[in-house]
Amino acid sequence: MMYKSHVLICGGPECTKSGIAEINKQFERLLREKSLENEVKILKTDCFGLCEKGPIVVVYPEGTIYSEVTPDDIKQIVEEHLVNGRIVKELTLGGKEAKEALKGLEEVPFFKHQLRIALRNCGVINPESIDEYIAKDGYRALGKALTEMTPSEVIETMKKSGLRGRGGAGFPTGLKWEFASKAQSEQKYVCCNADEGDPGAFMDRSILEGDPHSLIEAMAIAGYAIGADQGYIYVRAEYPIAVSRLNIAIEQARNYGLLGKNIFGTDFNFDLELRLGAGAFVCGEETALMTSIEGKRGEPRPRPPFPANKGLWQKPTILNNVETYANVPVIILKGPEWFSSIGTEKSKGTKVFAVGGKINNTGLVEIPMGTTLHEVIYDIGGGIPNGKKFKAAQTGGPSGGCIPAKHINTPIDYDNLLSLGSMMGSGGLIVMDEDTCMVDIAKFFLEFTVDESCGKCPPCRIGTKRMYEILERITEGKGEDGDIEKLETLAKNISVSSLCGLGQTAPNPVLSTLRYFRDEYEAHIRDRRCPAGVCKALLRYVIEEDKCKGCGLCARNCPVNAITGELKKPYKIDSDICIKCGACMEVCKFGAVSKKA
Amino acid sequence: MKSLSELDIIRKRALNELNLHDKPDRIRIVVGMATCGIAAGAEPVMKAFVDELERRNIDNVHVTKTGCIGVCRLEPIADVINAKGEKITYVNLDEKKARRIVVEHLINGRPVSEYTAGKAES
Ligand SMILES: Cc1cc2nc3c(=O)[nH]c(=O)nc-3n(C[C@H](O)[C@H](O)[C@H](O)COP(=O)(O)O)c2cc1C
Ligand code: SF4
Ligand code: SF4
Ligand code: SF4
Ligand code: FES
Repeated sequence: MMYKSHVLICGGPECTKSGIAEINKQFERLLREKSLENEVKILKTDCFGLCEKGPIVVVYPEGTIYSEVTPDDIKQIVEEHLVNGRIVKELTLGGKEAKEALKGLEEVPFFKHQLRIALRNCGVINPESIDEYIAKDGYRALGKALTEMTPSEVIETMKKSGLRGRGGAGFPTGLKWEFASKAQSEQKYVCCNADEGDPGAFMDRSILEGDPHSLIEAMAIAGYAIGADQGYIYVRAEYPIAVSRLNIAIEQARNYGLLGKNIFGTDFNFDLELRLGAGAFVCGEETALMTSIEGKRGEPRPRPPFPANKGLWQKPTILNNVETYANVPVIILKGPEWFSSIGTEKSKGTKVFAVGGKINNTGLVEIPMGTTLHEVIYDIGGGIPNGKKFKAAQTGGPSGGCIPAKHINTPIDYDNLLSLGSMMGSGGLIVMDEDTCMVDIAKFFLEFTVDESCGKCPPCRIGTKRMYEILERITEGKGEDGDIEKLETLAKNISVSSLCGLGQTAPNPVLSTLRYFRDEYEAHIRDRRCPAGVCKALLRYVIEEDKCKGCGLCARNCPVNAITGELKKPYKIDSDICIKCGACMEVCKFGAVSKKA
Repeated sequence: MKSLSELDIIRKRALNELNLHDKPDRIRIVVGMATCGIAAGAEPVMKAFVDELERRNIDNVHVTKTGCIGVCRLEPIADVINAKGEKITYVNLDEKKARRIVVEHLINGRPVSEYTAGKAES
């Protein structure tokens, strides 16, 4: 008998696993239905070598390869290809790949696991168009608050939502607003902290540049809630694009009467001004920020009095972070129940992280609270490059700490991070692989705080410097017995006796690395060894005799002539002369040079 | 702004403008122009789009900017969105690629699959 067509169904192991039996059944059933049993022959074949794209079905005489076939696809293949002779392009191997290539960015794994609330408009609307913001329901929350809610209903909504500050400490936003609303005063202020000082963080910048109107709307809502008619956005001068977009947005909002007098026909007035910060990290601290807005030197002052009672110019003031505000309009529109249904018991909603370090997909991600570090690093971040092992993740920037691999499945929220000795912070997340030295990391963050300490109080000014010097000694191989204990005592004293958060949290990176990687400190001190092979002073470059071909290339590249030898015989490095520049290791074509910890 | 209904009028007008419902042949190109995009070279890319469209007298395509979508490592990024709201995202752009997208995608109707996000992330 002559068959018109042959359907080759892969019977290889992979395709069998992914459901070839059902596909086979569907073909048989549909061919019978169409009375094609005598025209089309089904054959089981061996592996086509396309297992990754399996299950595979090939139709002859055309030789069309259908890939990733599902039982639902069979009807189309039978009706169009086998009955009408038209190849189903979108189901073929090439067709599916082309379609894959045209998938939107939202469909790639990096985005699939995210939930965008604070970043809802970033990368979606034109930030310089108030109309586009309004098209995405912008300013409706302000309209709703002003015309349908009392100030205390707004505060009640914020409290019920469970929103906590995204700028570091995680203080409940509704509660903060309530304190300020209860304070008696003719004049009150609403401030926004857009100072974003953590190294590597750019969550707030992205909102300022991508969705400035959400901030303006939220601050107006806050003004209505606490009874303030004036707001200030404190933004760092190093963010010129953010500053220019904020200025454009404020102007547009004024033109539409969304800032100014009698907003939405009510007797509520509100206006905003920008204040540029010069970029000192300590100016992100709330009392320092307010003194800086007042035009004075940005130094922290003792609390109480708290800003909710005596803030800017001694008037009741609230200060919230950019990301905190970005959540507010959505909460007003969708309701507190919706918001508090996302996240964990005590941490509601989402958090934006700037993911960097040793990870394949760096970038900005917004995830529901309670997502595990593992999901962030592997599902969203695509894992660690070059097949290296994950060692730890640092959160909370210079005030935070690291989370070691054994806690990678902990759900991320305020309380879990704290109990692991780190903190949420503003959302920096640095991934570290096995080649990272934890003493070196602690030193890096401490160097930052030493530089940024405002110098007002001695424990912070002098104490952090002493800690830094000890770490420096340890990484140079000059550590002494008792150094670890000295670090711990200093840390404790600095934490309790510093005036502001900068000093109080400065020892955290050291304490948390000591908690999880004490053995690395000990190796540096006792064995003069850096297990990760980072600390230069503790490294030795050596040439492995059996691998060295005696080409002499390394010797010609050594800047200090530390390498000697005879052609065709193994060369040798004199470690007394070697300055550990690594040039020899780079040039050797035979991998004969290695670093010994 | 005097009332919610006034806001609603603006919203509907703006939504129409965005969705291009009554202009079925209109296309939008949206270029990521946050710090990350600009640092990666989004400005010349945007200029190249505008320039190439002008040179070829194409007037149904509107080029605008947007903020950071979060994948700064793939910047410059641009979305090409048609009136049905179907979107193709191009990544790692430069001037040359922008000009090629105008010719192949916008004129000949064939998206340049080598430059798409789906391709870069697969
Ligand atoms: C040294 C130091 C720096 C800070 N820097 C910032 C900052 O850059 N951005 C920020 O939002 N909060 C920063 N904070 C936290 C603020 O003091 C304050 O808690 C926060 O802005 C309150 O807003 P939230 O409740 O919305 O988080 C910093 C705190 C300290 C102690
Ligand atoms: S703790 Fe440090 S930064 Fe804070 S006030 Fe004291 S010296 Fe200044
Ligand atoms: S370059 Fe490598 S192979 Fe050549 S002499 Fe140096 S160590 Fe030996
Ligand atoms: S590490 Fe640098 S200094 Fe040392 S042997 Fe190699 S090339 Fe010479
Ligand atoms: S098992 Fe089907 S293609 Fe390999």
